[in-house]
Parts: sequence; structure tokens; C-alpha cells
Amino acid sequence: MLPEQRDEVEMLALMLLIRRFEERASQQYQAQKIGGFCHLYIGQEAVVCGAVAATRHDDYIITAYRDHAHALARGTSPEACMAELFGKETGCSRGLGGSMHFFDRQNHMYGGHAIVGAHVPLATGLAFACKYRNEDRVTLCFFGDGAINQGAFHEALNLAALYKLPVVFICENNLFAMGTSVKRSTSLKQIVDRAEGYDIPGEIVDGMNFREVRDKLAEITTSIRKESHPAFVEARTYRYRGHSMSDPASYRTKEELEKYRLDDPITRLRAQLTREGKLTNEQFDQLDKRAKKIALDSVKFAEESPDPPLEKLYNYTYANGATESGRPRPVEPAQERREAAPSPEKAKP
Amino acid sequence: MREITYRQALNEALAEELERDPNVFLMGEEVAEYNGAYKVSQGLLDRFGPRRIIDTPISENGFAGLGVGAAMVGLRPIIEFMTFSFSLVAFDQVVNNAPNMLTMSGGQFNIPITFRGPNGPAHQLGATHSHATECLYANAPGLKVCTPATPRDAKGLLKTAVRDNNPVLVLEAELLYSSKGMVEPPDEELLIPLGQAEVKREGSDVSIICYAQTVPLALAAAQQLEEEDISAEIVDLRSIKPLDEKAIFDSVAKTHRVVIVEQDRPFCGVGAEVCYRIQKNVFDELDAPIMRVSQEDVPMPYNEKLEKAVLPNMDKLMAAVKKVCYV
Repeated sequence: MLPEQRDEVEMLALMLLIRRFEERASQQYQAQKIGGFCHLYIGQEAVVCGAVAATRHDDYIITAYRDHAHALARGTSPEACMAELFGKETGCSRGLGGSMHFFDRQNHMYGGHAIVGAHVPLATGLAFACKYRNEDRVTLCFFGDGAINQGAFHEALNLAALYKLPVVFICENNLFAMGTSVKRSTSLKQIVDRAEGYDIPGEIVDGMNFREVRDKLAEITTSIRKESHPAFVEARTYRYRGHSMSDPASYRTKEELEKYRLDDPITRLRAQLTREGKLTNEQFDQLDKRAKKIALDSVKFAEESPDPPLEKLYNYTYANGATESGRPRPVEPAQERREAAPSPEKAKP
Repeated sequence: MREITYRQALNEALAEELERDPNVFLMGEEVAEYNGAYKVSQGLLDRFGPRRIIDTPISENGFAGLGVGAAMVGLRPIIEFMTFSFSLVAFDQVVNNAPNMLTMSGGQFNIPITFRGPNGPAHQLGATHSHATECLYANAPGLKVCTPATPRDAKGLLKTAVRDNNPVLVLEAELLYSSKGMVEPPDEELLIPLGQAEVKREGSDVSIICYAQTVPLALAAAQQLEEEDISAEIVDLRSIKPLDEKAIFDSVAKTHRVVIVEQDRPFCGVGAEVCYRIQKNVFDELDAPIMRVSQEDVPMPYNEKLEKAVLPNMDKLMAAVKKVCYV
């Protein structure tokens, strides 16, 4: 039996929100309100939304640096996300992480990791902890096609298979690792074959199709909750924008981009729902209008938020807020945001 | 107090912490069925079972990262590197993931993890297996680094490391595993705070600042120096980070002459930092320029004679002491 599925119109609204948020982020980046690197997810929305729709809120999510959508999909507020991009104290990582390092403990979003492939071992650790504590949570580990040639990825997959850890490795194959196509980087006909090398069951899904992603993930996570094991999903998708804001993506043809745009995940789900009489054009316009407003409001919130205070510069280097030389620092308010530590009784030695 | 080896002291520390906290587990290459490459985890698999004493494949990057991930959700992993020379394969996890997480997440995720294993040049292991990694890791904000030189310090520091809410590296002295020393009985809780140096021998003419494998060397030197009427104070740093500035400055204020003897390399080594802090804070106390004795700045040669020439040794230390004492 599949887990309770979230309302599809609600998920369409979420995809729209992610799209409009990122368009705003793009605009604010160009206006130099956002610094550093900024990698947009536009075009790939069905992957994370499909996965989130198929899983529980207390399942763990961890991803790479193209992470805005993963936080939003998990329920991090658009205000906190935009404020993070602006480097403000109200950001989801208090303005200390930036675009590539979104974290949200309350919503079980474990980052936001910017070294390609380096978070895949972390995902095995999250899954290890679930198994160690005999919990039935599943860890969803997202990464791009560029990560599959990193050593960390291979070591993590082997460990996950060896220890039978409850983790789904979701490769968001958007065909390009920065400017290098999969054909030029990977010695496989298809990425999913990497899983076979570790005896991990692998599946290919159409990453532009929300329903297909959701249904496949629901099937996989149900199986994992019954008996812990890792799984691998290659979600075939496409990013409409360059690798980051500074990339004009001249390594791709206009024709290729247009082909994928015609297959847009939002348009597709909208058409499905309209055809089935679950959504009118007016309702869609309302949803879109609302998404645009939320995105715009998030910019206002970010602009009006304060910078992280200089006096707190040393607060987060060590857990007790102490500096390296052991001098205590002022009490850190971040503590309030933390979840209560899991009770030791939960652990079954 | 009873006499046990450095290896036994570490083993006791592991067992006591595993016993105390169900969130603690030990993971690494050969830690379980083989009972540890250096037998530090002897008997732990039998006692705690395969759920908590976990063998890994040779995948340092993978299992170090697994530990960091598990620590994100509140487990307290002890990750053993068969030697810290192999930790370089996991450098990204130890330096980029473990200590950065708390800042990057705006204070949401601290990483209570212990990385431990032998560190420093041993005996004719060649360039790849002889790294003294303390200066590399002490450079990363967010990490704590300790370097026990005696069985008592090994036990007390490892237990403290496991309880710390930050990533802590316990750099064990490979050549000292079989050395013996007095340690409190097992029923007496032994915790030694990080960032606390210890004067291992009182003296008045010169401070010899040392840690890990250079502590026995410094103590032996002090005995020889006594015969030449030079009274050496031996300050064992025990922790590289946090660094116990007060203990260092107190000793300098007493003797006014300093030799730093370290097991790492000269360029950006631990001694360079200690030296900087002394001249910055207690310059007026110094009666002579500070001397450093470290490795030579070359990859470690295999040949036994050449290796001895590269390492800090008694001749170099004695010469440095005499130089700062102007004798």
C-alpha cells in the first residue's frame, strides 16, 4: 500500500512556488543583491516535488548545492530561503551558509552541500543512524550526474549496500555537470548502471513527470520500510538555465532547450489535472499569482532583514559557542531552533 | 593507580564510553573481527556486538563521511583511522564537512564525532605512512586536536573527546602504544579536559615544550641536562587545539628560555604557532630567541639512518637547549 499521497493541486502549487522563487532569485542575483554562486533548479521541479510527495515529513533529505527547491519542498519558508540568499540573519542558515548551504533541522533538510559527491557518505550516515535506532525513516539523497564519478559516491554506495541502509540515491541527471555532458564524463550507457555495480536495485524515471517520480518513489520507500535496503533512481531531467548564474550554457543548442521546455513539468502536471477536471484555468492562474506574490514578498522580507551581527562571528565555530582558546561567548539563540535530542530510550542496544 | 599500557588505556576508554552511552559506536578498518590493527579495540566486538563495533571496507572517505552524517542526527561515532596517514584520503570529510557544518547551518548541526588512530612517524614506514597530521588539522576552525603522550592522558583525553559536542581528533602516538604508565583504577572516572597542558617535570632554566612522541624524548633530555646542571621544565601540550596558552606563558615566565620539540615538520608546524604566541604575549620574558626542533623538511626516507636524521632526536634537542642557554 502506498503512503498517503499529498494533494496534486497542492504539489502543483509547490512547483509553481519553486519556479517563481527561483526566477526572483535570478533577478535579485543580477541586481547584485545575492552574492557568491547561485545555481537554479528551474526545469527540474518534478524531481524533488515527486519525491517529497511520496515520502514522510520525518524522512531525511540531503542534497548538493542546487538546493533551494529541496528546502522549499520540505517546508522551509520562502522568506527564510530568500533571506539566506541575501546573507541575512533570518536566513535558514542564518546568513552563514549561502545559496549552496541551505539547512533546516525542523524540516529534516540536512543540507545543502557544495563539494560534489561529498554529501553522499553523509547520507549513508543519516541512514545508518535510522537503522541503528531501529527507525523506519528513509533518507533521500539527491545529487547530480556530475557526482557519480567521485570516489565519495562509490564508497558511499558500497557501504550502503554492505550495511543494507535505508537510503534512496536519487541522481538528478540533467545531462550536464557544469559544461561537461554525461557522454563526455561517464563511461556508461546509462547512469543507473552504476547501481548494479553495487548490487543496489536501480530504476530510471522521467524526471519531468511529477506523477511518475512520485509513484516510483512511493513504491521504493514502501519496500525499504518493510526491509531496510538502499535503492537508486536515475531521474532524467533538464535545467533550463546554465550551471550557475554566470554560465550562459553555450554548450547546448537552442533546439535541445526548446525540446525540454515543451515537456515542462509544471505544464505537464497542469495539463493532466485540467484534463481530469481537477483544475480550471482560473484556479491555475490563482495559484500562479499567489506563487509570484510569495516570491516577491520573500524579497521584501530579505531586504528588510538584518545582517548577522559581527559580535556573533565566533558563535558557531564550536558547539558550546566557545572560541578555540576556550573563552565563552554569549548564549546562542540558535539553540531554540534545535529539535530536542532523541531520547536514549529510543536506541535499542 | 596501577600500571597499564597506552594501548590498554585507550581500550578502557573506548569500553567505558561504549558502556555509558548507547549512541556511541566504533567504526573503522579491522576494528571488530581482527580486534584492531594495533589491538586497541581488542575484545570490544565480543563485548558490544557487531551493531556497535563495525568493520568497514578500505574506504576512509566513505566511512568518515558516514560518521559525520550519523553525528548530524545525534549519534556519537568514534571513527578509527588505521593510521592518520590514511586520513588524508578522507581529508574532505574531516576538514570540509565535520568542522564546517555548525557554521554553514547557522548553528543547527553540531558534529559530535571522534576521529582517532595512530599518528606521527613510526619506524621505517616510508614517506606515505609517516605523516604527523596535527598541524594540518589544527589549521581548521571547528576541529579540536589532542595528542596524548602517556597512558593516563590517552585514556582521559579519549573519554573527554567522545563526550565533546564537536569533532575531536585524538592523535595517538604510534610508537607509544606499548609504553606503560600509572593510571587511575577503572572504577574511578578519568576525564582530562581538552586544552589543558601538563608540566611533566618541573625545572627552572629552560622550558621544553613538547607533545606526543617528543614527550619521552624531552624527559630523557631533561635527565641528561640535569647532569650538566641545566634544569629543564617539560611542558606537555597534550592538546594542540585548544592550545593552553596560560601553561606555556607561565613556564616561559619562570625559565625565560624556550625550546619547542615537535614531531611534525618545520614549515607551518605546531611550533611556529606556539613560537608566535610566546613572542607576541610574553616577549619581555624571553632571554634568548626561541629554538624549534622538528622534522627536516623532506619526505620521510625509508633508510633507518636517514630517518633518524630527519626526526627530532636527542642530539638536536640538546644542541638547541644549550644554544638558548648560551652554554
